[in-house]
Amino acid sequence: MFNADGKPRPSARLLFERIASVGDDEIRRYQQSAEQLLFRMGITFNVYGDEAGTEKIFPFDIIPRIVAADEWAQIDLGLRQRVHALNLFIDDIYHEQRILKDGVIPTDLVLSAKSFRRACIGLRPPKGTWCHITGTDLIRHGDGKFYVLEDNLRCPSGVSYVLQNREIMKRTFPQIFDHSNVRPVGDYPSHLLETLHDIAPMGIPSPTVALLTPGIYNSAYFEHAFLAKFMGVELVEGRDLVVMNGYVMMRTTKGFERVDVIYRRIDDDFLDPLTFRPDSMLGLPGLMDVYRAGRVALANAPGTGVADDKVIYAYVPKIIKYYLGEDQILPNVPTYVCWDDNERQYVLDNLDKLVVKAANESGGYGMLVGPHSTAEQREKFKYAINADPRNYIAQPTLALSRVPVIVEDHFEGRHVDLRPYVLYGKDIFVLPGGLTRVALRKGSLVVNSSQGGGSKDTWVLSC
Amino acid sequence: MLSRLADSLYWMSRYVERAENVARFIDVNSWLSLDLPTGYHEQWSPLISTTGDDALFAQHYDEPSKRNVTHFLTFDTRNPNSIFSAITAARENARLARQYITLEMWEQINRFYFVIQNGSRFAARGFDPSADFFSEVTTASHLFLGTLYATMSHNEGWHFCRLGRLIERADKTSRILDTKYYLLLPSVAAVGTPYDDIMWAAVLRSTSAFEMYRKRYQQISPDRIVEFLVLDREFPRAIHYCVTSAQESLHTITGSPVGTFANSAEQQMGRVCADLNYIQVREIINRGLHEFLDSVQVRLNLVGDAVHHSFFALQHVPAVPQYQSGRQA
Repeated sequence: MFNADGKPRPSARLLFERIASVGDDEIRRYQQSAEQLLFRMGITFNVYGDEAGTEKIFPFDIIPRIVAADEWAQIDLGLRQRVHALNLFIDDIYHEQRILKDGVIPTDLVLSAKSFRRACIGLRPPKGTWCHITGTDLIRHGDGKFYVLEDNLRCPSGVSYVLQNREIMKRTFPQIFDHSNVRPVGDYPSHLLETLHDIAPMGIPSPTVALLTPGIYNSAYFEHAFLAKFMGVELVEGRDLVVMNGYVMMRTTKGFERVDVIYRRIDDDFLDPLTFRPDSMLGLPGLMDVYRAGRVALANAPGTGVADDKVIYAYVPKIIKYYLGEDQILPNVPTYVCWDDNERQYVLDNLDKLVVKAANESGGYGMLVGPHSTAEQREKFKYAINADPRNYIAQPTLALSRVPVIVEDHFEGRHVDLRPYVLYGKDIFVLPGGLTRVALRKGSLVVNSSQGGGSKDTWVLSC
Repeated sequence: MLSRLADSLYWMSRYVERAENVARFIDVNSWLSLDLPTGYHEQWSPLISTTGDDALFAQHYDEPSKRNVTHFLTFDTRNPNSIFSAITAARENARLARQYITLEMWEQINRFYFVIQNGSRFAARGFDPSADFFSEVTTASHLFLGTLYATMSHNEGWHFCRLGRLIERADKTSRILDTKYYLLLPSVAAVGTPYDDIMWAAVLRSTSAFEMYRKRYQQISPDRIVEFLVLDREFPRAIHYCVTSAQESLHTITGSPVGTFANSAEQQMGRVCADLNYIQVREIINRGLHEFLDSVQVRLNLVGDAVHHSFFALQHVPAVPQYQSGRQA
């Protein structure tokens, strides 16, 4: 929100003036009423491994985060390019593997990715699109530029909070929107539904769409119900579905009804016990056979995780160049791949300066933030890296940008990231907004909700 | 609609209705005990019978004192029919049906849950729940019903909500009447005393029927009360009203006309309704009210089971078409 010299950025000047004119007491009151609203609406979050406090409010801060129109234009272009290239990459990996044969990426690296699914080789998802819903994590570095921190190509979550945060802002602090030229985000469910219709099996004029959830105990259940509701589609669990005569059917009060498109919010591993993990109780036995036969569409397609492996991430600039012949618009964060002997040595020598991540973890788990780590933690990671170098990458500790957050009775700076959402059906759609996650602990760089992160409304300005 | 969803809506409604009935019953009983003369034996154990949990109570408590019974029926999580358990289950079902119910309904069930949770916190510190608490519970239930009527389309899901609520209500009215009648009738000594009147009025208040009864019949008389609570066609907590309205919803769901049946739920429901349509209160009393109410409860349970099998428990494999014996395919 502010420049290095402490003056508000031009895009934030109006917001700054307005907040300054409102008075601290009133701001605090808005903050409280926003929190009460969240509580009343039961917008809560289940924290794994926390038995007593199963429900928590996802912390929300009412000072919006602003992204200027010209900055967004770059992000938008960069995301389109990235999602397009990554889809071509996934399709290639499960078919000809040209990129491997041409030696752009080491074959072993790709085939050893935990999220590479042998069962997906040769699959032909409708229109060759694998990843229909993407949530890309961006950060703004000290140099003022946005960088891609990671790609989430499996079941990215959080978009409901984007919509909900905007809703809460409008209900608690409406006057702040006057003349602010904030681009709306409320049409996301319509775009998502359109995307899901786009990928329906051929020749079905009004396909039946269902959102497959692991159930009410999943931490993202609120989002699943939210999206199903606003798209007007069925919210199903594995136990509601059955494979019959080569089709996926759901149990209804009037008998069995066919399901044509499944927006699945369960991981590949649990999707079909006959193809993936045999102990899964969440999925539907036989689903993959129906999918292979083209009688049901899945969003995202199984197997997309191969492209958001944190090691593959390091190769995305090359992937973009290879398939599109273009330079990367949104830069990557410099990444050291521990699989490479030289880079590993550098990582091991500089553990106290770097952020180390496990290649196949998400949610802020399996991570070492060097500057904030103890010698003991570093020792542990050293051991882990040596034991399984393929599974680790490291990045410099970034100066994540900070934005003002209300802390008790005053403002303090907190680190944030930004997750925009991209849909890919017939065309690519980038939602002008995103989830701004805030590390609520002072000095912390970890913004994940499971690790004490909160969120803010994100304003992409139209001019 | 999805079977599991219909199941959730049906039970969400039933549990809210259950909590309301339990709350009103406790409240009226406390209120009644204030009017009774010193030395008169307070009747708390019949309350346990209205939810049918006598054995469970005996397992955890030594005597049916006011305090024990109230706690057992209000906050005891070991009792699946306590207000706390019922509202927790209602909210759980609402969560399962969250994409289907309206935001207003969800917010109300959430508020309801917090009312109970706050009450439970007070109780844990040794405060007995007040009359205010129980009226808050009743109001929360009415507000929920209001949001259901005013914000949700009166579609299939809505009819499952209505069906669940009315089956539950019919059952509770019959149980409240049963236990009270059983208790009150033998007290010949009280006949003609002010207590007779007060205790019968309590039966009416327990079903929130006092005012409406007065408008209909003025004088308090046991026969009339039975007639009102069992056979009235206009009072929304009367058993007859409940089952005929539930039948309406059931037939709206399936689309088959009333008087016919397309599944066992409609068949069972039809039998309950037919029984109540033409019977007279004299006949009920002569046959024995307890026996009559008992048979109503048994029938309602059969309806509940049939609803479960007809709508919620669809089998994996589609049933092979069944033909009646003697007919050729």
